[in-house]
Order: sequence, then C-alpha cells, then structure tokens
Amino acid sequence: MCGIAALQLRNPELRPKMGSLLSTMLCEIVDRGPDSAGLAVYDNPALVTEGQSTLSLLGGDLGLRPADIDAFLAGLLPEGVESQVKVVGDTTLVSAEVPAGELAGAVARACPGAVIAGRGGRVTVMKSVGHPMEVAERHGLGGMYGTQAVSHTRMATESAVTAGGSHPFSVADDLCLVHNGSFSNHASVRRELKRLGVEFDSENDTEVGARYIAHRLEQGDDLETALVNLGQVLDGFYTLVVTTADSMAVVRDPIACKPAIIAETEDWVAMASEFRALAELPGIGNARIFEPEPGRVYSWSL
Amino acid sequence: MRESATFDRATIADIQRAAETGIYDIRGWGAKRHVPHFDDLLFLGASMSRYPLEGYREKCGTDVVLGDRYASRPLHLDTVVTIAGMSFGALSANAKEALGRGASEVGTSTTTGDGGMTPEERGQSRHLVYQYLPSRYGMNPDDLRKADAIEVVLGQGAKPGGGGMLLGQKITERVAGMRTLPVGIDQRSACRHPDWTGPDDLEIKIAELREITDWEKPIYVKIGASRPYYDTALAVKAGADVVVVDGMQGGTAATQQVFIENVGIPTLAAIPQAVQALQELGMHRKVQLIVSGGIRTGADVAKAMALGADAVAIGTAALIALGDNSPRYADEYARLGSAAGFYDDFQDGRDPAGISTQDPELAKRLDPVAGGRRIANYLRVLTMEAQTIARACGKAHLRNLEPEDLVALTVESAAMARVPLAGTSWIPGTGGAGC
Amino acid sequence: MTTTVDSIPVSAGAETEVFDLKIDDVRTLNRAIHQASDGQSFTVDNPGGKHSLAVGINAGIDVEINGHAGYYAAGMNQGGRVTILGNAGVGVAENMMSGTVHVTGDASQSAGATAHGGLLVIDGNASARCGISMKGVDIVVGGSIGHMSAFMAQAGRLVVCGDAGEALGDSIYEARIYVKGTVASLGADCIAKEMRPEHLLELRGLLHAAGRDDDPAGFTRYGSARTLYNFHVDNSSAY
Repeated sequence: MCGIAALQLRNPELRPKMGSLLSTMLCEIVDRGPDSAGLAVYDNPALVTEGQSTLSLLGGDLGLRPADIDAFLAGLLPEGVESQVKVVGDTTLVSAEVPAGELAGAVARACPGAVIAGRGGRVTVMKSVGHPMEVAERHGLGGMYGTQAVSHTRMATESAVTAGGSHPFSVADDLCLVHNGSFSNHASVRRELKRLGVEFDSENDTEVGARYIAHRLEQGDDLETALVNLGQVLDGFYTLVVTTADSMAVVRDPIACKPAIIAETEDWVAMASEFRALAELPGIGNARIFEPEPGRVYSWSL
Repeated sequence: MRESATFDRATIADIQRAAETGIYDIRGWGAKRHVPHFDDLLFLGASMSRYPLEGYREKCGTDVVLGDRYASRPLHLDTVVTIAGMSFGALSANAKEALGRGASEVGTSTTTGDGGMTPEERGQSRHLVYQYLPSRYGMNPDDLRKADAIEVVLGQGAKPGGGGMLLGQKITERVAGMRTLPVGIDQRSACRHPDWTGPDDLEIKIAELREITDWEKPIYVKIGASRPYYDTALAVKAGADVVVVDGMQGGTAATQQVFIENVGIPTLAAIPQAVQALQELGMHRKVQLIVSGGIRTGADVAKAMALGADAVAIGTAALIALGDNSPRYADEYARLGSAAGFYDDFQDGRDPAGISTQDPELAKRLDPVAGGRRIANYLRVLTMEAQTIARACGKAHLRNLEPEDLVALTVESAAMARVPLAGTSWIPGTGGAGC
Repeated sequence: MTTTVDSIPVSAGAETEVFDLKIDDVRTLNRAIHQASDGQSFTVDNPGGKHSLAVGINAGIDVEINGHAGYYAAGMNQGGRVTILGNAGVGVAENMMSGTVHVTGDASQSAGATAHGGLLVIDGNASARCGISMKGVDIVVGGSIGHMSAFMAQAGRLVVCGDAGEALGDSIYEARIYVKGTVASLGADCIAKEMRPEHLLELRGLLHAAGRDDDPAGFTRYGSARTLYNFHVDNSSAY
C-alpha cells in the first residue's frame, strides 16, 4: 500500500532537472507511505558510467571502507578491470567494466551479506527506511540528472518495514518495479519460481512480481508480454510501474481499485498515484491527463 | 446405532437442504462451532504476594475515554462495556431504542448498523456511534454531524472479507425507504467500500470524514479478525482514533453459514495480535482497542481487558438480555422449526421475541422502556462482575488488569492468548515469529 | 417518475471569499465553508490536486475551484453549487445529498458514489465505478465512463454522452442509465430497455440541466431486469 511517482523525460533539456522534478512529485505522495521509500534514477553520470555495470547495495555503511571493498574486488575481477566504490546516502554503489552478473558474484564474495538493490548499466536504486523526503535528501535527489526515474513511498502491509522491503525491486539488469496494492497469491507464485531456481531477497509480495517479470523476460517475453503474463498469474490488486533501460510501463489489475494517473506532454510522460504529485510539472496545464484502463499495458520508450 | 463423526446429523441436514434449495444457508448469529475462548482462561486472584481490594468499598474504576488521539470531542464512558453495531432493519425500532435507553442509563455507547440512524435510536442514546459502511445505506451528513463518533467498518468477525445479504422479509417499507431499496427484495451488501480500497486510500477517507465533521468526532476503524496484527497497525497508520477488532464468534444479521463457521479467527487469538501491533507502534492505550465477538460475562470483559483491550462491545449477548431466545415463546419457535436457545431460522423476520424482526405485531412485544431496563441491568452486572475480578487481582481500575493476571487451561488457549498454561511458565508458540 | 432536476450554477455572487491553497490550508477553507450561509461565494485558487476540498457543504453557497481537485471534492455536498474548473480525483461529490457539482474536466473513479441527490455534471470522461451505489443522484457525463459504473445503483439517473465500459449497471436496482455511445458489456441483471416518451422527456431535462444539447433520441436506456431481487436457484451463477 503505497504511493508511486514516475517520470520519463523526453526532452534532453529537462534531464538536468530530473531530481528536482521528482522531489516535488515525491513530496505529494508521502502520506500514502510514510514508512520507507525508494528511488531509481536512470543515466545519471555522477552515479553510473557508460560501458560499466553498477550495483546498488543497501546501506551506506557495509562495515568495510570503500577502499577495502575496492581492494577485495581487485582480486576477484579479471586482470586490468578496476572497480569504483561510492557511498551515496544510505546506498553503496560499486561499478566495474564487467557484466553486472559477474560483478554481483564478486561483490557477494567481497562483502558477504550485502544486499543488491539495483543492478545494470544505467540505473541506480536507492532505498531506505524513514520519512521519504529525508531519504531523498540523504541521497541528494534534488540535484540529480536523469532520463527516467521512479519513486515509491511505502505503507508496509504484511512484510517488515526495512530498506530491503522498500520498492523499487530491481532484480535484473536495469529493470525496476514498484507496486501499489497487494498480491493475493504471491506465496504460490514464489514457490513456483523457487522451484525453477529463482532466488529471493525478501518476504515482500512485490519482489515476487519483479522476479516473475525478470523470469519472463529471460524466457524471451518483451516487457509488454511479460506484464500481460503477470496478469494471468498474479492475483490481487495492483498498480505497477516497470522501467527498463530505456522504457517505462504502467499496468493496473482488471478491477483497478488502486489509483493511477498519467500525464503526457511532448517533453515528458509522468505517472503518479494522485494528481497532486503531477501538479507542479512544467507544462502540466497543457498535458494530456488520463487514468490507465484496467488490465491494459501502457508503455513509453525513450 | 452409531452416528458418523464426519457425517453427523447437522452435516446430513445441510447436504439435504443444499440439494433441495440450491442456495447456501444464510443465517444470523455468530459461529456455533467450538473455538478456544475466554472460558479457557483463569485469573490469578491475590493471596499473599498480591493484595486484593475490598469488594464494594474500595474503588475500582470502570470508565474509559475513547478517541482522544485526534478528535476534539472524545467519548467519556462510565463503563468499558459498549453496545456493538446492529442495524435498524436487522433489529426492530423498539429493539434499537431499548439498546439506546439501556446504554444511556449506564453511561455507555451504542452503535448504529448497516441501514442508517433512526430518530428513536439517536433520541435515546447519550453516546451514539454512527457506522460508515460499504453500502452507505441511509448515510447522510446531518446524521454524521449528529453522531458522537464515526465507525468506519471494514469487516465483521462473522465474515471478514464478505458482504451481507438481508432477506426480503425484513425489507419493509420503512427499512426500504431508509436504504433506498425496493420493498421486499433481498438486500445484497457490498464487501468493499465504493470509493476507497486499502490503507493508503483509507487515510484520505478518514481525513475527509474529519474535515466534514470539523475534527470533532472520534473515528473508529472496525475490522473482522483475520490478520489483526497487520490490520491494527494499518488502521493506526491510516489515522484511526480507535480500533475495533471483532472476533469470529461475533454475530451477524444474515450471512452465509459457510462464512460464519469457516472464516476469521477466534476473539481470544485476535486480541494479543492487535495489542502487539499497538505496542510496537507505541500506541497502546493512545489508540484505544475495542474488542467484540463472544463477550457474555463480566469474566469475559475482565479477560479481554487483561489481554490489553480498552473496552469491549456486546451484540448477541445484548439481544439475549432483551429477551431473544426466551423460552416464553417455545410454541412459536417450534412453528419456525427452531427452539429457544438455538437461533435457527429467526432471521427470516419472524423473531417471536420481537427483536430481530420488522413485523409490527411481533415488534410490539418488546417494550423499549422495559427492554432498556433489562439492558441496563445486564450492563451493570457485566461491569460489576469485571470489577469483582479486578479487585481480587488488586486493581483500582479495570484497565490495570494485565496478561500476567491470567493463566490458561489448555495448550490451545495458552498459545492463542499468549499466557502460560496454568501451573507452568510455558507459553506455547512464543518461539516463532510472534504474529 | 420525476423530471425535476437541479440546474448547474450561474455565476457566483458579488462578494466572493478567495482561498489560495498555496497559502491557506484545506482546514481553513472547509471551516469557512461550514460557517457560511446561503448565498455566500467562495473561490479556491491553486487547488493542486489536494483532497477533501469543499467537503460537508451544508448551505446554498457557491464554490469555484480553479484547477484540479484531489479525492472527495465536494463530498457529502448538501445544497452547495460547486464548480471544478479542471479534473476531479476519486469520489467527487461522493454521498452528495442535494445541490450541484460541475466538473469541467475529467473525473476519476467512483464519481458520485452513493450520492442521494443533487446533480453531478462531468464535461469530460469519468473513469471506473462512476455512480457506484448511487441512491438518487443525477449524473450527466459528457464523455465516456469506465468499467463497473452504476454497480449496485439503487436510484437516480446516469446519463453518458460517450461510451460505457465493461459491466455497466452490474446488480443494478432502480436507477436508470442512458448511454448515447457503445456499451462494452452489461453487468449482471442490467438490460437495455425501451425509450418511452417519458424517458425522452426525462433525459431532455437532464441534458438541459447539464447545459447540453444532445438529442435524447440518440440514447439507449438501461435498467434492472429485476431477476436478482429475490434469490432463485437459476440465477445462482450471478452471485
């Protein structure tokens, strides 16, 4: 049960303002989920570097100094590959010029117990407990550049209020999912995915949705098909926003009780749980504003 | 001859009835099956290590303030025993009036139900809680402003997750008029509210109700006990002043029997979970907890209080106090195919005691003044019984009863109530996740 | 059958109290509205999608909201004339008793939910559950409506000048629905009915009250087949 605000910026001139725009949106959905929050920002040059994979690890203090993590990784990565470790607020970012899966394997050995909240070449995922605006501030959201970004505020229903239980769930390269609602058969879907070898980090129902989509994408679905398949398998109430390296999709369950509103201009497309989160976007006065229809997948690519 | 335990007579009758009618059985009252209950708990009265209070002489407070978290006009009740929501429609106007009279006489509250507020009820109730239900039958802002508190109903213990069905016999002209329904139809009630779903949207709904009533009235959130740990926490997060948890023994006007007997958890199991949620949020006693579902005696009241409730609500017991199931009408029960003490088939609208009926002739049998006196008597007995136990435990106020004053007779009740099995320090189930 | 309907408001009176929600909070606005008496006017600037705007009106006042409103705008309106110059969020005019609410843009889900009276006019589209459990309100939608609209609608009239979504009028009681465009599907117990002269007259009145000039002859009437009013075993699949 939560608040969602997502923004894809088509006009490159707006991208330096991504952080301040998203902050304004986030501020208006705080009431919907004051427990904890998460952010995913794409293509921020201060956080990710082209040609490198970046992992977002939960926690700004992993019990190791960044230099020590670097040193550990040096022995685990191929010759000549250097890693960079950065602490941004409550998140530790590790980057290197190897595939994300390989980097994840090395990190698992260098920092056992570290939880990978985000992975890929273009996305950074920052999650923490506490007031959403403080979470955003600790990570310096306000000044961030970005092409697309998602924010989520959480009112935990059944799983614990932890950074790991916050959304977005990012379980495949550059894939993020946020959810408002509650899946009613997630335990069974989780069991089936586990049987197929999928591993889970949390007890959260939303992680099941994210793992399911990642699994379908692996099986060859495109994002839209994966979301249609999700609707066949997962029961319950949901408004979902899913982002990939260069696209954003929105889908609601067929009953569509959980709110969602979309606004679109030539410069941007935005989705939020409530209109008030969109009210301050530039050009909102002339935006096409609509509510996504139940069971229909909407997607936009950069 | 030996009766089958699996296919006993009741089961055989149910199968035969289903085959004949093609519809599930719909009835009133709560679960009839046996579930672990307050009967399985005992109090540890004072002896040497603890000092008892003198009965009738040394003060044992019974008052409670409900809704002082946000409301500028919380309820101040003289006893922790309140009357639960029951609709005019399910009950006759006289019955509703009698409940109001009795509750007012002892300084406690009564509650409307699915179907709106009647002038008889408002007039006779000093403290009236107005239910805000999915159907919104008869919901209007004038009555909302007249109420002393608002109870947003998410569910009932008899049917968490379910709507209701009030059979056509009870949809008389007056009931139909109040609910904007055609006379005589089967009223189907919704299970979800029409304009919000989930705690994040409930928070916005509660804020609206507060705005409409200028932040004066306490807002209760009532849940049917199924996952009370989560639901209580979410009600608090959504902004409730008071959380009402109704266990599976709670009554209903008319619901599918399969629901009543098979959905939800016993009151005993629900209270510790709700209290745990409040304690973890630092809101125990700040957001008050009202417990209902199977409260019959002062001992039940005291046990609910000891487990952490701030107040209790009675429904079925209040109807019995009014005269429901009275053996006086034995012949008439027999004609309905029932008998006093069984509560079968009364909900079809022909309650001989004139309580759960809309038949004007039957309803006349209940004198609201005399009925009110019976309710007041009963509420006083419940309160005095609870005080008697509290004094024996050395408490100068009912709210000072605590789980440590209790032990359990059975392993099941010990696990559910989270108190030790009598004579041991063993609380089964505490090794696990806790909720 | 009645054909009397309220009309949408004419322009506000002379002395208008202005609230700017960039400065004033919603509590201040609603407190002022609750203390107002017949004939007073209020303007709300910069609503910014805030919730519970002008809820609990209890007098014949005029309120103009300049922009988009959040959840439950004009909730439980009794006698007020509210204009929202923009979109309305979830549950606009929920449980309205009387008066008028006019939304010049779109309305979100559950518009006019459980409303007992008055007139709700939405110039744009309304989304899911428009008129859910309506109990006497008249709703005129200039555009289209979403799925499960008029679910369990008990009384009142719902006029749709565009199309209707899935499961229109599911479990409907005595409310009447008029749709000009297509209906994606009808819900349980909802059927198309003959447009008799009194319905054309009633519809003309409703359209006129909403300030529209659509031809009533182009609409189809829908209502209850009344097969679910009392349980019958042959209808059990609808439960």
